[in-house]
Amino acid sequence: MAEPLAETKPKAKIQKESVPMPKQKPEVRRQNFDEVALGYNEEQALTEANRCLQCPQPKCIQGCPVEIDIPAFIKALKEKRFDEGIKKIKEKNSLPAICGRVCPQEDQCQKACVMGKAGDPVSIGRLERFLADWERQGGAQIPENAPSTGKKIGIIGAGPAGLTAAADLVKLGHNVVLYEALHLPGGVLAYGIPEFRMPKSIVQAEADYVSKLGVDICLNCLVGRTYTIPELLKNGFDAVFIGSGAGLPEFMGLPGENLGGIYSANEFLIRVNLMKAYAFPEYDTPIRIGKHVAVIGGGNVAMDSARSALRLGAEEVCIVYRRSRDELPARAEEIANAEEEGIVCKFLAAPVRFIGDEKGWVKAMECICMELGPPDESGRRRPCRVEGSEFTMDADCVIVAIGRTPNPIIQRTTEGLETTKDGTIVAKDESGKTSIEGVYAGGDIVTGEATVISAMGAGKKAARAIHEYLTKKGN
Amino acid sequence: MHEIVDVEELAPKIKWLEVRVPDIARKCCPGQFIMIVIGDKGERIPLTIASFNRKKGTVGFAFNEVGKTTKQLGLLKKGSNIENVLGPLGNPSEIGKFGNVLCIGGGVMIAPMYLQVQVLREVGNKVTAVIGARIKELLFFEDKMRALSSRLHVATDDGSRGHQGLGFLKDILEAERFDRCIVMGPVVMMRQVCEITKPFGIPTIVTLTPVMVDGMGMCGCCRVSVGGQMKFACVDGPEFNGHLVDFEELVSRQRVFLPEERLSSLLWEKSGG
Repeated sequence: MAEPLAETKPKAKIQKESVPMPKQKPEVRRQNFDEVALGYNEEQALTEANRCLQCPQPKCIQGCPVEIDIPAFIKALKEKRFDEGIKKIKEKNSLPAICGRVCPQEDQCQKACVMGKAGDPVSIGRLERFLADWERQGGAQIPENAPSTGKKIGIIGAGPAGLTAAADLVKLGHNVVLYEALHLPGGVLAYGIPEFRMPKSIVQAEADYVSKLGVDICLNCLVGRTYTIPELLKNGFDAVFIGSGAGLPEFMGLPGENLGGIYSANEFLIRVNLMKAYAFPEYDTPIRIGKHVAVIGGGNVAMDSARSALRLGAEEVCIVYRRSRDELPARAEEIANAEEEGIVCKFLAAPVRFIGDEKGWVKAMECICMELGPPDESGRRRPCRVEGSEFTMDADCVIVAIGRTPNPIIQRTTEGLETTKDGTIVAKDESGKTSIEGVYAGGDIVTGEATVISAMGAGKKAARAIHEYLTKKGN
Repeated sequence: MHEIVDVEELAPKIKWLEVRVPDIARKCCPGQFIMIVIGDKGERIPLTIASFNRKKGTVGFAFNEVGKTTKQLGLLKKGSNIENVLGPLGNPSEIGKFGNVLCIGGGVMIAPMYLQVQVLREVGNKVTAVIGARIKELLFFEDKMRALSSRLHVATDDGSRGHQGLGFLKDILEAERFDRCIVMGPVVMMRQVCEITKPFGIPTIVTLTPVMVDGMGMCGCCRVSVGGQMKFACVDGPEFNGHLVDFEELVSRQRVFLPEERLSSLLWEKSGG
C-alpha cells in the first residue's frame, strides 16, 4: 500500500481540477438522443485516477451506498490493470456502467473525497464508468457462483434494486427467479431515464450480465396479478424480495388536467424511452410534442422530460417550478445540462388550470406566482401563492413531473403485508424485512421516490439479510 | 413466446385469436384484460379477455383490424407466436346473483360480453341480451347469445337487421324491471345506454378501454373522470359505474393519437404490410 504513495510524492503537484467529461456540444446534442457524456478515454482516465491520494483511511467508501473499495479500484486503474479494477468494483456492484452514469456521486463518494477540500473531488463515477465501458467492449467475465444452496428466491421487479439483489443472491449459490412486469428489463433505467443519459443497450447489457450469472429473468409477469406473493411462497420459493418501484404518477387535480397533450412524466418517458416514440413511425408508439412545452416540477424526472421534449422538436421548453432555483431537487449537473441546451426555467410559479382548444387539446396554462414562506416538514421553504398574480402562458404540451406513488397491486394482493398510509411497504430495519416472514422489500417501494443507487443499496442489504435468513433456517 | 392455437374471422375485419398463456389462463377472470406487444418495435395494446380455458391454458380475445398493430395481429396464423403477453390485468368483474340482468354488447365487444353472459347465467341470473353493430354484416355470436339468454335483441345503426339504433331499450325498460345493466362496446354506445338507463335508476356497469401504454398503473394515460374523481382504467377499472363516467372527456382522450395511428397504419400498408 505504501508504494504508490511513495511513487506519487515526487510529482508533488497534484491537479486541483478534475479532468472535464467530454460531452456532445449543446447545439448538436439537443437534436439527437445519443449519449450526452461521451466518457473518458484511457489517457483522461489515467490522469484523473492519478489525482486519487490513496488515503490510508478513505472517506469515499463510507459515502458509497454499496461500499465499493474505491481506492483499490482506482489504484488498479492507475496501474493500467483495468481487469482487476473492474473486478474490484464488481465485488460490490454488478451494475457499474449504470452507476457510473446515474449515481449522484457529488452527494455520495465524491462528497467525502479529501481532494474536494481544496479543489475538485476525484471523479469516481467517471472512472467507474470508464472501467465498466472498457470491460463491456471485451465482453464481461462471468465469475463462478458459490455451490448451490438448493434455496429458491423470487425477486419482484428488474429495476436497480431487483437486479442488484438477484445478482448478489445468485452469486451466493441460490436459485433466483427475477420477475419483471414490462416486456424489457431495467425498470426505471429502461422506462424512465432517457437514452441520452442511460443508453438502453447498456441497460440491456447489464441485465444480460445478471442473466449470465444464472438469474432466470421472467418478463411480462406482474406479481400481484400473474402470481401473488402468497402463491410464490406456497409454490417452492423460500424467500421473496419486492423491488417494484414507485409506479403511479401523481397529478395536481387541476381543472383541464385531462386535456389532450397533458402527460404524466411517466407516460411521456415510457413512450419515449421504453417504447422509443422518438423513432416513430419506425417504432409503433407515437408521441406528440407541441411548440411550447411546459414541464411542471423541478426534479431529475422534470429535467429528463424537458430535455427529451427539446430533442423531439419543441420550439421552447419551460420548466415551471413552484420554489426557487436554490430548492431545485434535480442534480446540479442535470440542471446545467438542461440550461446549456436552451431549456428555460420559470421559478416561483405553479399552474392553476389548463385551457383547451375546440378539439380538447391543451393550448395554454394559467399559473400563479409563488413566494417562499417558512420551512415546511421537508426543511425546504414552503411556497405560498401570491394572490392576484395569475398569468397565462402558451402551452400545447404539458408534462406533469411532480412525483410518483407506490403501485398498490402487490399490497392489495398480499395479506398481512404491512404498509404505510402513503402506500409504501414497511421495512422493519435496514435489511428490508417486512411483516411477513421470508419477504423483504427495498428501493422506492419502501422509501418513496429516491435514487437508483439507494435502491441498489437496499437490494444489496436485503440480499445479505435473505442469505442470512436462509442460512439460519437451514433445511 | 406464446403459440396461437386458434384463429377465426368473426365478421369482416373482426378476428378471434386464442393464444397459449397458461399462467394467465390459470388466473384470469371475466372483465380482465391482457397487454400484448408484437415485434421488437411494436406498441403495447390492451385486449379484453373473451374466453379462457384453464385446462388447455389458453385465452381468447377478439379485435377490430383498425390500426397497424391489430392488422399485423390479424395476419398471424394458427401455430405462429406472439412474443409478449402480459396479464391478467385490471379488476375482475363483479359477478353475483343480481336477478334480472340486461347485457348489451356492441361491435367487437360482443365477444367479451358473451363471456359475461355465460358466468352470469352460471350463478343463476336471468339474462336479456342485446347485440349491436354498425351494419348487419358486423354482427356475430348471435346464436350463441340466443342460446344463453332468455331473450335476445339485435340492433344495427342502419337498421339493416333488428332494431335501428338503441331507442328500443327504453321500451324494454318500461316493460320489464332490471336489477342491473352491463354494457361493453364503443364509447358512444355505452354513453347512449347510460343515458337511457339513468332515469330508470338501473345500476349500469360500463367497461372502459381508453388509450393505455403499460396497463398496470404506471403511465396515467388511461385516466378517466368518474364522479368527478380521476381514476386509472387499468388499476381502478376497467369497469365503472356508467352513470358517473365523463364520456365526453373519454371520447376526446381516445382520439388523442388518431392522426399518428392513421399515419402508422398507412405507412405500413404502403410498405406492403
